[in-house]
Amino acid sequence: MTQVSNPNDKQETSPQFTGAEILIKCLHEEKVEFVFGYPGGAVLNIYDAIYQQDKFKHILVRHEQAALHAADAYSRSTGKVGVALVTSGPGATNAVTGIATAYMDSIPIVVISGQVPTYAIGEDAFQECDTVGITRPCVKHNFLIKDINDIASVMKKAFHVASTGRPGPVLVDIPKDITATLNSFEYPKTVEMRSYNPITKGHSGQIKKALKLLAEAKRPMVYTGGGVVLGNAAAELTQFIQSLGLPTTSTLMGLGGYPATDKQSLGWLGMHGTYEANMAVQECDVLIAVGARFDDRVIGNPEHFLSRPRTIIHIDIDPSSISKRVRIDVPIVGDVKSVLADLNDLIKSEKPVQNTAALAEWMLQIEVWRAKKFSEFTLDEKLIKPQQVIKSLYEVTKGDAFITSDVGQHQMWAAQYYPFDKPRRWINSGGLGTMGVGLPYAMGVQLAHPDAQVACVTGEASIQMCIQELSTCKQYELPIKVITLNNRYMGMVRQWQEFFYENRYSESYMDALPDFIKLAESYGHIGMRITDPADVEGALREAFSPKLKDRLVFMDFITDQSENVFPMIPNGKGLSEMITGKES
Amino acid sequence: MRHIISILMENEPGALSRVAGLFSARGYNIESLTVATTEDATLSRMTIVTSASDAVIEQIIKQLNKLIDVVKVLDLNDGKHIERELMLIKVRASAAHRDEMKRMCDIFRGRIIDVADGSFTIELTGSGHKLDAFIESLDTSAILETVRTGASGIGRGDRILKL
Repeated sequence: MTQVSNPNDKQETSPQFTGAEILIKCLHEEKVEFVFGYPGGAVLNIYDAIYQQDKFKHILVRHEQAALHAADAYSRSTGKVGVALVTSGPGATNAVTGIATAYMDSIPIVVISGQVPTYAIGEDAFQECDTVGITRPCVKHNFLIKDINDIASVMKKAFHVASTGRPGPVLVDIPKDITATLNSFEYPKTVEMRSYNPITKGHSGQIKKALKLLAEAKRPMVYTGGGVVLGNAAAELTQFIQSLGLPTTSTLMGLGGYPATDKQSLGWLGMHGTYEANMAVQECDVLIAVGARFDDRVIGNPEHFLSRPRTIIHIDIDPSSISKRVRIDVPIVGDVKSVLADLNDLIKSEKPVQNTAALAEWMLQIEVWRAKKFSEFTLDEKLIKPQQVIKSLYEVTKGDAFITSDVGQHQMWAAQYYPFDKPRRWINSGGLGTMGVGLPYAMGVQLAHPDAQVACVTGEASIQMCIQELSTCKQYELPIKVITLNNRYMGMVRQWQEFFYENRYSESYMDALPDFIKLAESYGHIGMRITDPADVEGALREAFSPKLKDRLVFMDFITDQSENVFPMIPNGKGLSEMITGKES
Repeated sequence: MRHIISILMENEPGALSRVAGLFSARGYNIESLTVATTEDATLSRMTIVTSASDAVIEQIIKQLNKLIDVVKVLDLNDGKHIERELMLIKVRASAAHRDEMKRMCDIFRGRIIDVADGSFTIELTGSGHKLDAFIESLDTSAILETVRTGASGIGRGDRILKL
């Protein structure tokens, strides 16, 4: 009798999975907690695999842009890689704003996008777009998977590239047929890429040179950026600043990297930075930049900046950040945490002799600038000043909340009047300046920190750019407090029009606003309108009270329409050319 | 200043657009760009000719290195190097002008690679300047068609761009 073999006996002994299941297994291997996404035709296989697992939670947003922002904020507030999942075509194009936002602020996220089947690519299929081409300029890297054998290795690379070196978003585009075919699964333990080996350790000779310059400096100044937060280097930075007694300032992205309430901190610098920080950076003789990039909103006009002679030391993990806008004298390429730790070790072992007399004199000069108190504002009896709302928010939350913000005047006031003592508490779109991030950012933060107080500071214009997410907040019962500074204007646009366009308020007035209370209520949330300055603190206390601990409260603060953000460095001007608003 | 930048990169689909996209997104100019695989089929070698200030060239090199698919970058102008470009040029060569065109081709050490009724196709290799000079030495009405590869470059002697 001839043996009849069962065709199944010939198959490999290792278990077989669909491409979609393999993809999900990769996410499990990466210990992903949340996937923010929105289903669609090209990702149906993936969603079917999600349905059959419970290791991570899928958060269904109401627009793909919000999925990206929420994944981005999850990352910003935890330091872990955020994950978003969108379908092909419009799903991917809707995600682009969120990807570009994360890219500009170097946030590690992995975006998985569905694609039409491999055999249909290039035929203008339904919901087809060249996702890899469209996203190429706003990702750190992207992949199109054309072979099921590549899923695991590409996913491993995606998480590796996103989270190492200068972090950033990585997109993985997966055609639908790839997610349906079968294969075995093995997740690579390590990843090796001959073309990608970021430097982490700083050059010891350069570090020595930097310390010598700082010790001998008469007017030293520290300028820190988002790299300190991204690189988890707050403790090393704090030790460094305190051991040398240096004055320090931060960019908007670096807030919380050093405690803002400490006396060595001059607040943040730049277009709307403090008077003392901007003056000190302009007048210092040795400047050490740590994980910052001398961008236009920070140093203003580079020619004006360079008109004062000073020696600049720059620590950054990205060599292309060095000498991009400003020539650097002592570049140190490396991970800020590692370089600062090396500097701290060197300070301990070498005990450098500092120019203490000069430093004391410099600190006195800084106090003279600080004493001008250009950051103070005057309360009004009838109109709510936006600054008052933020100050009260700080008091009510004891300075320990996670604050997300949208983009505009309210963003500047939030950063000015809510001093951050801890990193990863201030979540905003600093680079791309994306209106609409505030609410989805708060979702990502609240999910990552379910017991924390999370407030979204926004304006009546910004909030409407992702307002549909109030529905997501209801579905997942996210008790976010939305603090809307409602001045019935796109405030920052109005401010520029007042200053530079002779009060021609072209299209900056927000007409036909919704009744935000009713809107919030229709989504099942609580709405409050506050019009009297005397009620600001009480309303905030109520919103943050244990009674409303589990509820989203939408607070519509009707604020002074004419309030401007000061100080301000007009476009194209230098750090010491601020309008302080106190000119007589 | 004019620089010749050599790039070794992963031979992946889309790698060329990453480089070309970088140049257009950041406003860098490209005079020419050539690319082909190397003896190692997983690697492509690209030569880009660009003109910019030293500071911008420094940024270009750094930005190229930042691309994940780029394995190595060399600014050939940092040392001694050779550059060559290939041009195929189709010129009018009527009976009366055939000898003169042949002489001109010989002077520039070109080779006639196609002969047709009334035209020659000439292959010419050299620096971009040499190719320019050949074109300039011809009457414009004599030129029917030109195609140039853009410059390829390589370091002299021990300067080797390899993994």
